[in-house]
Amino acid sequence: MIIRPEMLAKIHITFKNGVLDPQGKAVHHALKDLGYNEVSEIQMGKYLEVRLEGVSRQEAEPRVKEMCEKLFANTVIESYRFTLDSVE
Amino acid sequence: MNCGVVVFPGSNCDHDCFHILKHVFKLHTEWIWHKGDMDLSRFDLVVLPGGYSYGDYLRPGAIAQFSTVMKEVVRFAESGGRVLGICNGFQVLVEAKLLPGALIQNNTQKFICKTVPVRVENTSTSFTGECADESVLNIPIAHHQGSYFIDPDGLSQLEENRQVLFRYCGPAGEVTDEFNPNGSVGNIAGIINKGGNVMGLMPHPERCADPAWSNLDGQLIFKSIINSLQSGVSA
Repeated sequence: MIIRPEMLAKIHITFKNGVLDPQGKAVHHALKDLGYNEVSEIQMGKYLEVRLEGVSRQEAEPRVKEMCEKLFANTVIESYRFTLDSVE
Repeated sequence: MNCGVVVFPGSNCDHDCFHILKHVFKLHTEWIWHKGDMDLSRFDLVVLPGGYSYGDYLRPGAIAQFSTVMKEVVRFAESGGRVLGICNGFQVLVEAKLLPGALIQNNTQKFICKTVPVRVENTSTSFTGECADESVLNIPIAHHQGSYFIDPDGLSQLEENRQVLFRYCGPAGEVTDEFNPNGSVGNIAGIINKGGNVMGLMPHPERCADPAWSNLDGQLIFKSIINSLQSGVSA
């Protein structure tokens, strides 16, 4: 039996510093109203889970980076980071 | 003069653009379907209309930029063809990197649908030649993600090259925060590329260009494009 390796990429996309995040601001205001005064900043973003079939971690890494640069994030306004886990 | 209006799934201002070009300005106008890989070189003007291409999934314009037709639009633009992107069309153009910057959510967190004054910042382009210097046009905006963003270096390049064509302003042309409806950097409502042949703007000139309506300010933009093409002035 051939076992095809499967990787799971967990990708976070958030606004870069200096880009206004009105949703994050609004949520922050709401938190302050609830009394959570220790919160200094909120960044709202996107989270994606991408399953990759038949690729090793070494192969997956540059592919996912490329996906982020090309499509998932607009690097004019957003930055991204991701982790890779093998799926059993 | 041949005009083409691109239709993405989710375009909803395509018919308005088509109507203005074909019925008001009596130009030969065709639809350009997003799946087609037709050669666009026979067109003089390609319009990317407003709407919600591909549901605005991920980001407005993010998926549209990779549609089949956009490869042709990029080729057309790179060979000097005139491209006009309105609202979602503007968002597609920045995603496709045919124009610099990005469009993000309005700082008001609201969808804004109203007629706003914009000041014409540069009248020596093929998209604004019919406008008077520093004139104020009243054009409707209708967007949720129309706040123009560009980093400080990009902004100074835009300013240096006079690529900003329209800025949100007050009734007398005052460019101030008070008259910035969506938080756009520098009150920017519309820009042109360095080559002078690709223009994108959030306001909808096609919504104020039919003589059946009282406001015809949008006609100036279409007339500018038509006159520049018919007089053979290159972009």
